Amino acid sequence: MSDFFTVALLTATLRMATPLVFAAMGGLLSERSGVINIALEGMMLTGAFFAVAGTHWTGSSWLGAIIGVGAASVAGCIHAFWCITLRGNQIVAGTAINLMAAGLTAFLIQIIWGRAGGTDSVSQLPDVFGGVNILIIAAIVLVPLVHFYLFRTKQGLHTMASGESPQAAESVGIDVTRNRYLAVVASGALAGCGGVFLSIGNLSYFTIDMTAGRGFIALAAVIFGGWTPFGAAAAALLFGSAQAVQIQAQATSGFPVSPDLLVALPYLLTLIAVTGLIRNAPAPAGLGKHANAH
Amino acid sequence: MTTRQGSAIVNAAGSVVAVLIALVIGAGVMLVSGLDPWDAYRSLAEGALGSRRGRAETLVYAAPLVLGGLAFAIAARAGMFNIGIEGQLVIGGFAAALVGATDWGLPTAIHLPLAVLTAAIAGGIWGFVPGTLKAVTGAHEVITTIMLNYLAFRLITYSIQKREDVLPVDPAVQGTERVLDTARLPVILDLTRLHAGVILAMVAAVAIWFVLFHTTFGYKVRTVGLSRGAAQFGGIRWGLTIAISMTLAGALAGLAGAGESLGLHGRHSATPPGLGFTAIAVGLVGRNHPIGVIFSGLLFGMLSAGAPSMQANAGVSKEIVLVLQGLVILAVAAFEAMNRLPFFRRVEPPPPSGGDGESETNAGAKLLSPNISPRLDRLS
Repeated sequence: MSDFFTVALLTATLRMATPLVFAAMGGLLSERSGVINIALEGMMLTGAFFAVAGTHWTGSSWLGAIIGVGAASVAGCIHAFWCITLRGNQIVAGTAINLMAAGLTAFLIQIIWGRAGGTDSVSQLPDVFGGVNILIIAAIVLVPLVHFYLFRTKQGLHTMASGESPQAAESVGIDVTRNRYLAVVASGALAGCGGVFLSIGNLSYFTIDMTAGRGFIALAAVIFGGWTPFGAAAAALLFGSAQAVQIQAQATSGFPVSPDLLVALPYLLTLIAVTGLIRNAPAPAGLGKHANAH
Repeated sequence: MTTRQGSAIVNAAGSVVAVLIALVIGAGVMLVSGLDPWDAYRSLAEGALGSRRGRAETLVYAAPLVLGGLAFAIAARAGMFNIGIEGQLVIGGFAAALVGATDWGLPTAIHLPLAVLTAAIAGGIWGFVPGTLKAVTGAHEVITTIMLNYLAFRLITYSIQKREDVLPVDPAVQGTERVLDTARLPVILDLTRLHAGVILAMVAAVAIWFVLFHTTFGYKVRTVGLSRGAAQFGGIRWGLTIAISMTLAGALAGLAGAGESLGLHGRHSATPPGLGFTAIAVGLVGRNHPIGVIFSGLLFGMLSAGAPSMQANAGVSKEIVLVLQGLVILAVAAFEAMNRLPFFRRVEPPPPSGGDGESETNAGAKLLSPNISPRLDRLS
């Protein structure tokens, strides 16, 4: 067992947690502004696909990453428009975006590469500091930045006010609509970063449904982490380590817990957390509510 | 009576327009991609309706979607957003396949009903848990059902890969062993895949219609969905009603899974089929009305049945159907939203007091109203 917990396991954990951290920070911003975002999954998938497509078109993985993040932001704009401007049901809009992202990416693989299932290999984003991908570093830096933004800047506090009590925020002159748009589009961009890491950070290609529920795990991390940046990041790290241990345990004989059950841990923990059996922070009070009912 | 039918027509028209808008935007996507949308839609329609086999396939695809759509609708009527249909469906299908693949020497008259019942119970448990958690602790059903979806996937994968010792599973095919003939839902149309599951779906739709609109329980469900506070003031137990509604929803989704494993495939495979998410679209387009769900289930069944022919004949990847489904959902949501904006708002007469049937349009609008569903537990 002693050689089980190695540097390899640590880097595997970081690699597994990075997309979760990005998407969780995105989900956190959206939820803190008062908009439920179950579309994280679709936004990640969009980012992952367009990063590969963008790299394929431009020949540069950097431009590809920007295109991926841009496309995921467009998905964020759609979610924002339906939830904020049209005041549609936020779960309905999220479900639609997830379906469309799954369909559109599979459809476009066929259009661009002329086959089903997956894309060709493209160039990866570079590693820095001895084999650690640049996006892993970015994810680590991102968490205190989001914390600082939310709790120490005027804009961030306005965002949280919009999520806690949209009517009160509106009455003191905070533009709830603008803050929510910013937060939801940013959540698309951040979830997109997570997707970009999956496709051209960790690997060099895209396969259909390559996010495999990571958007929902990220949402779980936001809830399990009590709607705070450090809490959500810690939860993402925990959930990422469960995946990393699962992968390593499959190669190790005599591991005490079945690795297949270990990957179910995030779902089980979140299920317990939302019931309040573990004392957990409450959701933003204005989640899903609008400033003024027509 | 006139208002009720008028609203039903307006609702149906809204759904039809939503589907048309989705088809037009889908055509735009194909045009931009250099494909011929007319050719695509024509091959799709021909594939789904142009032959006896195609029409049978439409019904084959519609069966689980109608049952899943009902699972969405009944929960929605009680004010719950059931995003857990996929998990309820696969756990039901898996449980049915396990019972169906086990040889106890039972005759069909016992084995088949037992397998179907097991599916309903397994799915029912997957619905009971979020319903009860919501009723007792206020845990948001969207979160709990998403988690239960993945728990179902993981549990099934684990059972198939690691529990070959006690369960009739086959890791080599990533699924259960074949369901025995004594537990198969019979094919009801020669030389097609059309199985008795489609009858199950139609019977269930009529039964749910009856329960919702002609029983005391249905009245309670709809009242709870319209206003938790009013329901409780009237002596209806909110928690019990939503728990039962979600259990019923899970059982319906479980039956959809039974149709897939006992009827269509003859085994349950570990790969989630995604039907549970299409079922959400079916429920929304059917305006959470059981009869509406039959029609929208048939429509989405058509899209799925025609997709392979579209891919083969027009060269359009069949996944475009998922895009169309998403667009339909967005369009329906936009219509609901526009109904609430002052400029577009229809003038509706106030509902008669104590009305039973008149409230059904409101129930649909209620579900889509942003103020209600996300934090039901905070409102009363």
